[in-house]
Amino acid sequence: MALAGLFLITFLVVHLAINLLLLSNDDGAAFKVAVEFMTTNPLVKIMEIFLMGGFAIHIVIGVFIQIQNWLARPVRYKVAGYSHLSFFSKYMIHTGAIIFIFLCIHFTNFYFVKLGLVSPPAGVEKEDFYQMANSLFADRFYAVLYVVLMIFLGFHLHHAFQSAFQTLGLNHTKYTPFIKAAGTIYSVVVPLGFASIPLFFIFTK
Amino acid sequence: MDFTLKIWRQKNAKAKGKFATYKINGISDSSSFLEMLDVVNEQQVIKGEDPIVFDHDCREGICGACSLYINGRPHGPDDAVTTCQLHMRKFKDGDTIVIEPWRSKAFPVIRDLMVDRQAFDKIIQAGGFISVNTGGIPDANAILIPKENADSSMDAAACIGCGACVAACKNASAMLFVAAKVSHLALLPQGKAEATRRVQAMVAKMDELGFGNCTNTGACEAECPKEISIDNIARMNREYLGAKIGAQKDKVSGGGF
Repeated sequence: MALAGLFLITFLVVHLAINLLLLSNDDGAAFKVAVEFMTTNPLVKIMEIFLMGGFAIHIVIGVFIQIQNWLARPVRYKVAGYSHLSFFSKYMIHTGAIIFIFLCIHFTNFYFVKLGLVSPPAGVEKEDFYQMANSLFADRFYAVLYVVLMIFLGFHLHHAFQSAFQTLGLNHTKYTPFIKAAGTIYSVVVPLGFASIPLFFIFTK
Repeated sequence: MDFTLKIWRQKNAKAKGKFATYKINGISDSSSFLEMLDVVNEQQVIKGEDPIVFDHDCREGICGACSLYINGRPHGPDDAVTTCQLHMRKFKDGDTIVIEPWRSKAFPVIRDLMVDRQAFDKIIQAGGFISVNTGGIPDANAILIPKENADSSMDAAACIGCGACVAACKNASAMLFVAAKVSHLALLPQGKAEATRRVQAMVAKMDELGFGNCTNTGACEAECPKEISIDNIARMNREYLGAKIGAQKDKVSGGGF
């Protein structure tokens, strides 16, 4: 769970780095080069399998653990939840479910199109992710939805980052405060980076 | 002080329980929560009704017998105390107080507010000990122990096994309890000898008994009457991972002493 989560956390950085190329003012030239590399490089293709595995493991174990946790308290409390605890940690399965729904939409829009399972929007090439992103964000509703979902991703990541280290037993009086701070920064910066792209499209196009 | 109490009543482990409401008047603000319940029970006896069953023993905050989930928090609204050390002045006059037993699959209700916490004993029996043959008293300084380790070990050993961590956890996980018991031995040289076997056995037993999994919410450490830190959980995770990855296969022992 924690290892798969940390793997996905590193993946998000790569994904964001490429997405941010959409912001450069060159009609997507840089982005297209990056997409070309990511779709053709054999090493990336191997990593793609690991990535899907990472998602599958994280989701399956997450749901399995959650079910076990619900079963561990068959009779609920009448008055519950007044203990002090980290806010975001309470809603990991919920934010996770929201992210999963987003992932399904995201796959239908991009990944499945690339694989040829879903036909691309009219007038757009199968591998032209730049045009796909353009046409999707042209829809204001989709762009706003994307931003909102990124907020939930931030909630999920805020607990996830430091929690993964705790689960792996990587706890240290010197470094744990640093890990917690890094997690907070990560959970703000990365979703904000992703959200900046639809916001850029909303305000400039 | 006057209170309205909503208390979980359940005849036995199999019966279906329900909340009953009791009014209690003239409670001193210096009385402890359990003393308040004693007064309620006296009333019950005078009325010829069944007294409310709850766990208690030393009433000094060190035995771990008392429990009670009070207004949504194990051991009530005060921090770092057991229910027996909780004073009625922590409540407002006229308050309604909801009292529930610990809720966990591994802690079945025996009657009313009393739950069966044998699951904790079973975890200890699985490995929460060191195997030492009796013999002469060793010299006090024969084994050197760093002060930091002795202190951390003592902090973990402060666990009284009350089960507030399980009650507080949204997953009913016993990780803080098991982590405290693993830690206080793992930090000392005497405990190191069996550390790998111990952590695996205790975690396996914990999982088997139907406790939930740890999602690092931190509710347990917030409610622990002995303020045991979740650093211990990280230590146990570390010990467990290390043991699972690094421990040698079990060998059949040659026996003897």
